[in-house]
Amino acid sequence: MSATQDAARSEGVPPLSAGRGRVVAAAIARVLLPILLALGVGAVILLLLGANPVSYYAFVFKRGLFSWLGLQATLTRMAPLLMIAAGLIVAFRAGIWNLGADGQFLLSAVITAALGPALIGTLPDWLTILICFLVAGAVGAAWSVIPAFLKVRYGINEIISTLMMSFLGISFANVLVKLVFFDPGTTVPQTRTLPVEDRLPRLFGSTIHSGILLALAAVLIVHFVMTRTSFGLKLCVVGANPRAAIHAGLDVGRLTYATFAISAGLIGLGGAVDILGVWGSVRADWNPSFGLLVVPLVFLARFHGVATIAFVMFFAVLQIGGESAAVRLGVPTFYTLVLVALLLIFLALVEYLDYRRQARTRS
Amino acid sequence: MQRATPGTAVSVRSVTKRFPGVVANDEVSIDFLPGEIHVLLGENGAGKSTLIGMLAGMQQPDSGEIRIKDKPVRIGSPRESLNLGIGTVFQHVLLVPTLTVIENLMLGGPRWRLLDHAPVLKRFQELSDLLGVRLDPDAQVGRLALGEQQQVEIMRALWRGENVLILDEPTSMLTPQGVRDLGAVMKRLRDKGVAIIFITHKLAEAYEFGDRISVLRLGRLVGQLDKARLKSMTEAQITDEVLRLMFGGQKADRRDAETLLGRGVHLKRAQQVDRTKPPVLMVKGVSTLADRGECPLTDVSFELWSGEVLGIAGVDGNGQKHLAEMLAGQRSAASGSILFAGHDVTQEGVAERRRHGFRYITDERLGEGTVGAFSVATNLVVKEIGVPPLWQRGVSRWGLIHSHARDQIKRHDIRTPSERTPIGRLSGGNIQKALLARELNVAGRLVIFNKPTYGLDLHNIRLARDRIVECAERGLATVLISTELDELLALSDRIAVMFRGRLTGIVPNEDNAERRIGLLMTGAEAA
Amino acid sequence: MQGLFTEPFLTSLLFGAITAGVPLLFVGLGEQISEKAGVLNIGIEGMMLFGAYTGFVAAFYSGSFALGFLAGGLGGMVVAALMALLCVRLGMNQIVIGIGLTLGAEGLTALLHHFQFARSYPRLGKAPVLQIPGLSEIPVLGPALFQHNLVVYLLVAATFAVGWLYKHSDVGLNLEAAGSKPGALDAAGVSVMATRAGAVLATGFMAGVGGAYLANVGAGLFVPFMTNGAGFIGIVLAMLARGKPYWVLLGALIFGISLAMTTALQVAGLNIPTDVVQMLPFAMVILVLVIFGRHSVLPAALGLPYVRGER
Repeated sequence: MSATQDAARSEGVPPLSAGRGRVVAAAIARVLLPILLALGVGAVILLLLGANPVSYYAFVFKRGLFSWLGLQATLTRMAPLLMIAAGLIVAFRAGIWNLGADGQFLLSAVITAALGPALIGTLPDWLTILICFLVAGAVGAAWSVIPAFLKVRYGINEIISTLMMSFLGISFANVLVKLVFFDPGTTVPQTRTLPVEDRLPRLFGSTIHSGILLALAAVLIVHFVMTRTSFGLKLCVVGANPRAAIHAGLDVGRLTYATFAISAGLIGLGGAVDILGVWGSVRADWNPSFGLLVVPLVFLARFHGVATIAFVMFFAVLQIGGESAAVRLGVPTFYTLVLVALLLIFLALVEYLDYRRQARTRS
Repeated sequence: MQRATPGTAVSVRSVTKRFPGVVANDEVSIDFLPGEIHVLLGENGAGKSTLIGMLAGMQQPDSGEIRIKDKPVRIGSPRESLNLGIGTVFQHVLLVPTLTVIENLMLGGPRWRLLDHAPVLKRFQELSDLLGVRLDPDAQVGRLALGEQQQVEIMRALWRGENVLILDEPTSMLTPQGVRDLGAVMKRLRDKGVAIIFITHKLAEAYEFGDRISVLRLGRLVGQLDKARLKSMTEAQITDEVLRLMFGGQKADRRDAETLLGRGVHLKRAQQVDRTKPPVLMVKGVSTLADRGECPLTDVSFELWSGEVLGIAGVDGNGQKHLAEMLAGQRSAASGSILFAGHDVTQEGVAERRRHGFRYITDERLGEGTVGAFSVATNLVVKEIGVPPLWQRGVSRWGLIHSHARDQIKRHDIRTPSERTPIGRLSGGNIQKALLARELNVAGRLVIFNKPTYGLDLHNIRLARDRIVECAERGLATVLISTELDELLALSDRIAVMFRGRLTGIVPNEDNAERRIGLLMTGAEAA
Repeated sequence: MQGLFTEPFLTSLLFGAITAGVPLLFVGLGEQISEKAGVLNIGIEGMMLFGAYTGFVAAFYSGSFALGFLAGGLGGMVVAALMALLCVRLGMNQIVIGIGLTLGAEGLTALLHHFQFARSYPRLGKAPVLQIPGLSEIPVLGPALFQHNLVVYLLVAATFAVGWLYKHSDVGLNLEAAGSKPGALDAAGVSVMATRAGAVLATGFMAGVGGAYLANVGAGLFVPFMTNGAGFIGIVLAMLARGKPYWVLLGALIFGISLAMTTALQVAGLNIPTDVVQMLPFAMVILVLVIFGRHSVLPAALGLPYVRGER
């Protein structure tokens, strides 16, 4: 029930050198075709709803990618998404279905939002930020301890335990915002705001905060660790065949705890990045719900680092452009969800057809 | 195409079946007559299972045809096979363990029917009488002994009609008594007119049960011995004839022949085991906890010397798996102790025992021994992750890992397109070669072989056995777990017998060993 | 301030528990059917949501609640058909496709709702209630238990019927085999794929009707994302219930009680914050898992696509 096939497939070993050009071309086709199909079917849906797909897509890409303002917004949006993606790559390659990202993310964000303003006066900025990051990572990791324990000790499926902890975490975060960390000075319940000048430094005079660098680094480091280090390989073995892992002498229990901690820790760090970089505070009932959205993106990228960045960027463009389009063209942002779902379905179909074609040519 | 022999129950005519890279069946034509036990004899990989897979509806032939009572048919699915009166009992039990006997027999009915036990019980009784067996219809299948499960499978196979019964290597999981019972059942069915197709790779069984023997080799039918000839020849003559059919004019390797015969001659080794030195391994009073239906160990004690091969005999499922896992460190001993070269290793896990020199070749090559989706290269080093020089400060040196793999592949003749091929794509024999290469490569001092030749063709069986002997010659303490008594007799210095999780006795490999082992396997005390 | 164990509180609590628990029972039972057959149906949240939408639309335009339930069931089955095609027939990863279908259903229903109803936000009238004579007069229990829509009583009956069918019908045996040892089912001549696909479609129907109930009876309108994790809770219920439908019933009831607690407490005059009360059901599941931490008994072949003759 783990992502065994998928995790194992992207083991980090480079493809066969024979016919490499053809293999690469086929790989690109395998990726492009689902995207085109998804955009195509999506266009049909837009037509049926009375919107013009050409102008919608043009608008989304112009707003999300081909305008300076939009590009900045896209890159900013990518930061938390990439952190979550990094966390999910670690988990999925190790065969752990961490579906609790929403709770881990939100709880860490709230704690960060409470801690930031509290420390900012007394400690130097860089120290405040560092402490916030560490605490956020710890909070995220802590929120995964129970599912980890249940899995290692009792073999309880982590899908239900992480999902339940996620719902619990979201409610708990709301409780914290409304009852514990609330800012008495505001009418709308939220935490105290961290002043803009104290948030993460901007890059090169743009509005993009430096958190994006951290996020990019996180994904690339995760990719490196999972494909080129002994630790990563051990996690992959556990994910691909837990029995073989035991047979090989790996400490599956300890590796499982580590996987949960690292995955949830990265996701929690993502929460801190978002708060310290963009919002500065958490409003009540705020929940961007990135957790499940990133799962298909990571799968489409077959857990590969660079591909993940590309897919996350593609998705961020759709989201940013889509948010603008919601206002200007009257097509609500829900459409992005539909596109992601279509992308996933068409990827599955294209892969299956490709597999059949390969099987036929082989025999 | 020729007309079939009159009265044929089922026949295959020029059937060919190809898989990527191999021709599993090559223009095979055989007639199966009712009231006969027709043995399909051939080594592993000869194409026997593929052929009957087509009769069972699991595959379709690429060319040629299948005929029932001399009318061509197309068997597109297991359901069609059953409807034609062909019942198949596969090598591995295909019963639902959580359902009862009667529920398993009721599987496959029309979907919207409410279960009516009465007619099913009636048929159950009929078949019980026909087979001469006694089973509790409400027993949960998962709790039955393997022999009883097989009886249920035979019943299921015959449920809709008693035309053809196919048995695929049915004796591998049975006690000697179980084999005799099966033989009795087959004879009863044969006398009632059922056409029985019995698949085996052991000549002894073919001789014992067969009214007619068809010999397959590398996908082709190389010869047939019919009833009249079998009756007129002695066992030795039959043996010679089969060997001639299998190996043609070539000089058969004597050991291949012996493997086929199921009779091994004890391989004389260069040195005798030096028992003046203390034993290198001492297992005292070890017990393990029961786990999901597997048989646990109870109070097992034995000693092992360097350079010795200790065979572990016993019907599958009497604790051998726990023994192997316990020795390797995969399963902790609930009580008792294990001393290796003076050190107490009882609490140590797999990695630590490996450092002491323990090596374990598991019986489950794909399920446990390897990660099927990973490359051959990765699998060759999967037990040494992080160890220099292939890893430097935690970073994988893939270039070195791959060249190391290429070296191993060449040295051990592992047939694979490349070192990066997923190991799951290799044949069983080549996966075993890779496992042997991996385990026996680095400084080992104790090695555990669990069913090392299971499912392999003659060539690879011989290679594996050579490696086992080689281990002993190099001074490794060797534990050899096997369900093939002839193999144990050929390779072991002493043979221990497992029965219901206990070690009922250890027998030196002398002339009367086989008889004594047989007694121990039934649970009787050592003679 | 009124007390906790007063009639209004208890009645409100029980009634609310049933209203909140019924959708959960639908998805729990549905998911259990899929899991029994060996399919881990994460897309059930999407099936429920899609059923909620189609059910609402049907009830709105036809004025018939019965039609609404039927449409809801069919809507759920549409999503289920996709799941059956991609996961059962083509063998794709069940968890990822499930998440994808859920996201798709969320997006699509929200999109359609936006274009159809966002301006008007129409509401349905109150759902028809079947008062059981005599029983509905009992204090507390009467109004709480015996004044519900017909579909509720049918559901409870279905729970026991399904439990009985598991053990006493061919379908039940086939499901058990498909999830536990598909090879045995294949050898017995029954198509594993057809069995699993049927199970998934049945799940889709149940989830869809549950969604329709949630929208039409529970709320009286459709709101995007209104299932809010109910489908996932159904998965939890199914996994904890170890193959027995009455455990799903019990679990749904307990969950329903904790979900209904907020309103009931307000009735009792206690003002515990909503968010705190909302934590209760999930905290309870975690507690149950930790305390009774045995291996959840799941079918052996759960989540694994069946390939005939695979090694």
